[in-house]
Amino acid sequence: MSEHAVTLRVNGIAHRLQLPARRSLADALRDGCGLTGTHLGCEHGVCGACTVLLDGVPVRACLMLAVQAEGAEIRTVEGLAQGATLHPLQQAFIDHHALQCGFCTPGFLMLAVAMLEEDPDMPEAEMVHRLSSNLCRCTGYANILKAVQAAAAAMAR
Amino acid sequence: MSVFGQSVTRLEDAPLVRGQGAFAADIDFPRQLHMRVVRAEMAHARLLSVDVAPALALPGVVAAWSAADVQGVPPIPFRATKVRGLEPYCQPILARDRVRYVGEPVAVIFAEDAAMAEDAADLVLVDLEELPALLDAAAPPGDFDGARDTEPTIVRKAYGDVDAAFREAAHVVALDLSIGRHSGVPMETRGAIARYDAAMDVLELHGTAKKQHWNRDEIARLLGRAPSSVHLFEGHVGGGFGVRGELYPEDLLVCLAALRLGRPVKWIEDRREHLVATNHSREQRHRIRAAVDAQGQILGIDNVFFHDQGGYIRTHGARVADMSAGLLLGPYRVPAYRVAGHFRLTNKTPAATYRSPGRFEGSFVRERLMDAIAARCGIDRLAVRQRNFVGVAEMPYARPLDALGTDVVLDSGDYALLLDKALARFGWDARQADVARRRAAGECVGLGLGFFVEKSGLGPSDGVRLTVDATGAVELVTGAASVGQGVETVLAQIAAAALGVEYRRVRVLHGRTDRIEFGSGAHASRVTVMSGSATHQAGLALAALAKATAAAMLQAPADSLTIEAGVVRRAEGAGGASVTLGEVARALAPGSALSRERATPGLTVESWFHSDHMTYPYGVQMAQVAIDRGTGTVKVEHYLCAYDVGRAVNPMLVEGQIVGGFAQGLGGALYEAFRYDERGQPLSTTFADYLMPTIAEMPPLDVLVTEDAPSPLNPIGVKGAGEGGTNAVGAAIASAVDDALGGRGLVTTLPITPRDVLRMLGT
Ligand code: FES
Ligand code: FES
Repeated sequence: MSEHAVTLRVNGIAHRLQLPARRSLADALRDGCGLTGTHLGCEHGVCGACTVLLDGVPVRACLMLAVQAEGAEIRTVEGLAQGATLHPLQQAFIDHHALQCGFCTPGFLMLAVAMLEEDPDMPEAEMVHRLSSNLCRCTGYANILKAVQAAAAAMAR
Repeated sequence: MSVFGQSVTRLEDAPLVRGQGAFAADIDFPRQLHMRVVRAEMAHARLLSVDVAPALALPGVVAAWSAADVQGVPPIPFRATKVRGLEPYCQPILARDRVRYVGEPVAVIFAEDAAMAEDAADLVLVDLEELPALLDAAAPPGDFDGARDTEPTIVRKAYGDVDAAFREAAHVVALDLSIGRHSGVPMETRGAIARYDAAMDVLELHGTAKKQHWNRDEIARLLGRAPSSVHLFEGHVGGGFGVRGELYPEDLLVCLAALRLGRPVKWIEDRREHLVATNHSREQRHRIRAAVDAQGQILGIDNVFFHDQGGYIRTHGARVADMSAGLLLGPYRVPAYRVAGHFRLTNKTPAATYRSPGRFEGSFVRERLMDAIAARCGIDRLAVRQRNFVGVAEMPYARPLDALGTDVVLDSGDYALLLDKALARFGWDARQADVARRRAAGECVGLGLGFFVEKSGLGPSDGVRLTVDATGAVELVTGAASVGQGVETVLAQIAAAALGVEYRRVRVLHGRTDRIEFGSGAHASRVTVMSGSATHQAGLALAALAKATAAAMLQAPADSLTIEAGVVRRAEGAGGASVTLGEVARALAPGSALSRERATPGLTVESWFHSDHMTYPYGVQMAQVAIDRGTGTVKVEHYLCAYDVGRAVNPMLVEGQIVGGFAQGLGGALYEAFRYDERGQPLSTTFADYLMPTIAEMPPLDVLVTEDAPSPLNPIGVKGAGEGGTNAVGAAIASAVDDALGGRGLVTTLPITPRDVLRMLGT
């Protein structure tokens, strides 16, 4: 299988990779860039564990080829915290017990980052609608919603 | 204020929110190979031949095996119970002679990268001759292997004079009830990474969960190694729920390959594989009869059920059927009981435990029965339960029954009190009136409930080692495991409270066979009870040792000292001399004068907790549902989970367990089912076909955690919280849907699908 030279810009850093055209963006992030915070729960586009931001828009990294992401600004969970300071959403997830096993958490965080960047005053019904695109098997979701609402409030301050 | 009982944030969270977790797929070793499993594509067939040669010809493929290559490895074993004769039904690590479910491992490929291994797997030629698939456990048993049929055993339990009860009954209520096939389905699929360290002659397995020590011993036995030369490691686990961390064929295969090929071997399950290869659960059909007097008092229960075990017996043996039989009666007084559980194999994915195993099923059956008794006797659904409750004065209440090899002795509980509290919290009477009003206006709405008794804290023993180092940092090593439920935080809180340190100073190490010789892992809601009690004892013992040592250092009597925030000082007044726990640890360093008075140096203790009986938390769940007459959709409008956990170490985490457990129960009640076509082909092989609840399906959910009945069986009074959220969801929602449909006992099957509801609306 022939390899392609691809440069992925992830969290502001350029990664030059050699990979086959069939390599998914998720696999390239994990194996090529060493960013294993992006998780794979289904590899068929339903669970959202692999959600990353592509030019600010949440995408399923399992459904996209790495070669398609060339030239885009990619953001993953590893880019959220500024050193020791957590992103308000990360802090809110901890404070509100919005994670148990934590496997779905990176996907939910990236989904929620995009939500709050798009509309800091997002109404609850819209939040629920958006969050319903990802699956969590541990928390029953109630605390995830609480955390996103708390982060929205914290970011408005 | 003690940190025991406080809703503090979790120690586990920081790496997880940063994407720094160490889940199975995140683990890599240099020079590793990747394994891919070739799986059976027929539900039942003679396995005529497997040809791996075409796969081996592909560049990058290092090895490929079928059953012929792993002849010497015994089948996957099960944890022994009293039930005998199950061995012939265990699963070989690669199919021999026959395949018995779609998804059964038939061959394995080892290649330089995962994609190559997958390409090569497609080239393996598997020649099958199809046999009729047996898909209904309630149908007569079929042939298993020419010598045996598909009913390995019948689980029988009985006490009292059941026949007399039925002779004397004013009414006999008989039901035929079914629970669908669904399972844990954690968000992380399974994974296993093995490597052999030739320099140390140690085989390591990473990506493990739940039962490391038992699995270590079995892997060692099956591969002919000393247990001390096999080590299992637990990183992060993306959900357990009963299915993850059991010993599966793939675990043995990576270990064998690492030994034979001399390179690390990594296997990560994909989701389609997971849905056909990882344990299924739940599927049962019960034909139950109750003998009752005219007032609805139960005189006797006679139950015959069929447990669909799937293609093979796995590590649990017949335990789920055993628990179904032994724990069916829940909170009620039943003078005579007889049960026959037909434990049967079919041509589906093998089944085992899933959160609240045997109890989700049993609560659905028992609570449907209670509703039916109420209807038959013309009494209220609440009254029939109150009338039959085991009373608080009867505690501890011994049933002449056993489950999981221990006698069923309900240790403590005030069922009537919890029901009253829950009715008030739910606003049952007001909702009844509201439902009546809405029905009069033409709506299809109803209320339901399910009362249940859980079990937790399965013994017999658990130990921990608690150590303070020279900097005052505390390390707790436990043989328990974590599957994401907050074990580290809970044990750290218990240790911190007993010892007198800040809980964030306690580092909890779990799931590692190289750090502690014995362990029982994480299952059956046992960790908080068993490991928690051992931790509590260890904390007290370590505090005593620290005080005794500090007494010598401070020239003060030990009983005049207290430990707070890691500092030992005189109890009266904050002033005066003090030493830190780190200083105490240094004073006990090897060779020091004080250490020579002890068997071992260091500020460290090991403590064991033993228990012969389980402890029984209990709860009640209440649901309000509305049915859309056009689509048959059930909308849960309001839900209450009330649960008495004895004592809550961290109420926030207890609630989190309950809410998460509820969501899984909701899936089993309304959405989730592994379906098969008539030839046994699985129809639920993606998340588009196997429907798990999203946030959009979650109803307004209220949680009431009570601490009215601490367990007398352990020093901290706790009962396990892991499974009570799930237990009665099927029961309560079925009760509510049935009520909405007129209370006629129409709801007899889970999950309740829109199609079922439309059919019932038409009757
Ligand atoms: S892994 Fe991408 S959506 Fe599930
Ligand atoms: S926290 Fe485990 S899947 Fe969401």
